Amino acid sequence: MSSSAERSLLLSIAMLAAASGFAGAAEPGHFGYGQKPAPGQIAGWNIDARGDDGAGLPPGKGTVERGTEVFADQCAACHGTFGEGEGRFPKLVGGAGTLKNDRPELTVGSYWPFAPTLWDYINRAMPMPAPHSLSADDVYALTAYILNLNDLVPDEFVADRDSLPKVKMPNRDNFIWTDPRPDTTAKPCMNACADPAAVRITSTAEGNGLTPRTTGPLDTMQPK
Amino acid sequence: MRPNPWRSIASLSKLPGAAAPFGRRSFLGLGAALTGGLALGTRTGRAESLPASPPADPPWSQSLGPGVVDRPYGRPADAEAGVIRRNVPWLTAGTESSVSFSPLQDLHGIITPNGLFFERHHAGRPDVDPDQHRLMIHGLVDRPLVLTMKDIVRFPSVSRIHFIECPANGGMEWRAAQVNSLQFNHGMISCAEWTGVRLSTLFDEVGIRKEARWALVEGADGAHMNRSLPLDKCLDDCLVVYAQNGEALRPEQGYPLRLVVPGWEGNVNIKWLRRIKLGDRPWFSREETSKYTDLMPDGTSRGFTWLIDAKSVITFPCPEKPLDRPGLYEIRGLAWTGNGKVKRVDVSTDGGISWQTARLHEPVLSKALTRFTIHWQWDGRPAMLQSRVIDESGYVQPTIADLRKLRGTNSVYHNNSIQTWQVKPDGSVFDVQLG
Repeated sequence: MSSSAERSLLLSIAMLAAASGFAGAAEPGHFGYGQKPAPGQIAGWNIDARGDDGAGLPPGKGTVERGTEVFADQCAACHGTFGEGEGRFPKLVGGAGTLKNDRPELTVGSYWPFAPTLWDYINRAMPMPAPHSLSADDVYALTAYILNLNDLVPDEFVADRDSLPKVKMPNRDNFIWTDPRPDTTAKPCMNACADPAAVRITSTAEGNGLTPRTTGPLDTMQPK
Repeated sequence: MRPNPWRSIASLSKLPGAAAPFGRRSFLGLGAALTGGLALGTRTGRAESLPASPPADPPWSQSLGPGVVDRPYGRPADAEAGVIRRNVPWLTAGTESSVSFSPLQDLHGIITPNGLFFERHHAGRPDVDPDQHRLMIHGLVDRPLVLTMKDIVRFPSVSRIHFIECPANGGMEWRAAQVNSLQFNHGMISCAEWTGVRLSTLFDEVGIRKEARWALVEGADGAHMNRSLPLDKCLDDCLVVYAQNGEALRPEQGYPLRLVVPGWEGNVNIKWLRRIKLGDRPWFSREETSKYTDLMPDGTSRGFTWLIDAKSVITFPCPEKPLDRPGLYEIRGLAWTGNGKVKRVDVSTDGGISWQTARLHEPVLSKALTRFTIHWQWDGRPAMLQSRVIDESGYVQPTIADLRKLRGTNSVYHNNSIQTWQVKPDGSVFDVQLG
């Protein structure tokens, strides 16, 4: 091979390498941007507790009794003293056995499959005006109180990283975690697809007073 | 000097009961007086209230307009002031954990303007300082990373057009036709060009351990909104984006950084993205157990129902945009599917007895809104308009009756059924359901 051919081959290889180097499938650290997080940085943001087995729940504990106090201070204004819900804020209690009803009530007691999820959600998102502001102990106490309101744990229950994953939630086994869709099998019929006599209006939104204004300023209509 | 009819209108308007003087400010006032009918230009004809030019030369043609940078960041014309996101106040306890709907009746094309993109917040809209914002990637990775916005923008970039739809879009209609509006029944969908970095590029950079199967994605909002995503989807087409339609993300859409999960339900497209943790199993967070699960009539619930099934809707005519008088019309609409591309849209004007195939408009992009139109000679008689999409997987959009048979009325999410618009002889349009 002549030296000029060698040079052009080497050049081609170099260009290919440069191109592939910018196209992904690279070794970890290829770009080298960013910093390795310090252990404290990871610890500060690593807040998740896994629902089904409680992995990630921190040390600490809380009683139902302590939860009663924290709930009254932090939660009752929206959720009601006994989790019954104020206004349109969510009910936390009740609804057992209603999931097949025409008007089911989905609460922590009737619907939530995993108790550690409750700790995780209170910790990350509650109380709504000051999220992620409660101590781990107080979040455990609130979790214990809400489970107790739903008759899922006794009055003397102490919530901690060991006890929460063991709480059997009534609806735990009623979830299908693999999407069964597509579950419809419509065919694209083009002509005489329905009997004209059978095409009738079963409901209309006309005149029912539920539609906010669609022109002008924003509406403030409230529930009737 | 030629007489100017606009001046005489202006002087007439000083008479009691006369129309307001014509001008930019008073025009707005007039619009408000007509409760917005004018602004939307449908049944309250502008022509009836004001003289049309020609022959007149209107004031804006006989004056000097404001110069450049009069509005350093542009905004819509004043007459479009009624084209806004709207909410349903009775739907939620407050506006912080709530939704607003895009005004689809006033939009054209497949791209949603940034100020009209629908909103879904779980703890309000945080106003994030981009200099302080960080994305941390850790868990089952070889090389955990904390990235600044400057770091993220340096990675190889891609732009993609994708819709985002809340799975509760149409959720008010499971039981019956309730809300007489295109905006409120279908406006929890929007579509934008997103620019950012492939999630797979970031995953290559940190090195995914072989036991990793799932990613926890989490926001910097007060809800610390979090969902679990299977690794395969992350590597397939997910994007970590910082731009929307050519400019930085809007705060309502996750500024400075959000996840885009093409074709999957809106809530997994985590806004204000700050953390990704790799793990071996899903996390079963509140937002994938107590919410965003679909309750079936037998008491079981479906979880991890991420896919947005194919759906279409006629955007003209609609309750907000009725017909004027009999004649030739172009029926217009939008179709989309999380399964790839829209293959075909059929339209019926007789409640689904007969159908005709509509024209699809380019570009027809994967997991993006697609426009369709079809001509219709309206004879002034009652009609029932429907559209039905078929996507490239062969899936056919179902009727609400079909869905109710399978899923009952309490599953809240993923109502992708055919919309029926009833057209009355006076041209008015109503949201109805058929048996």
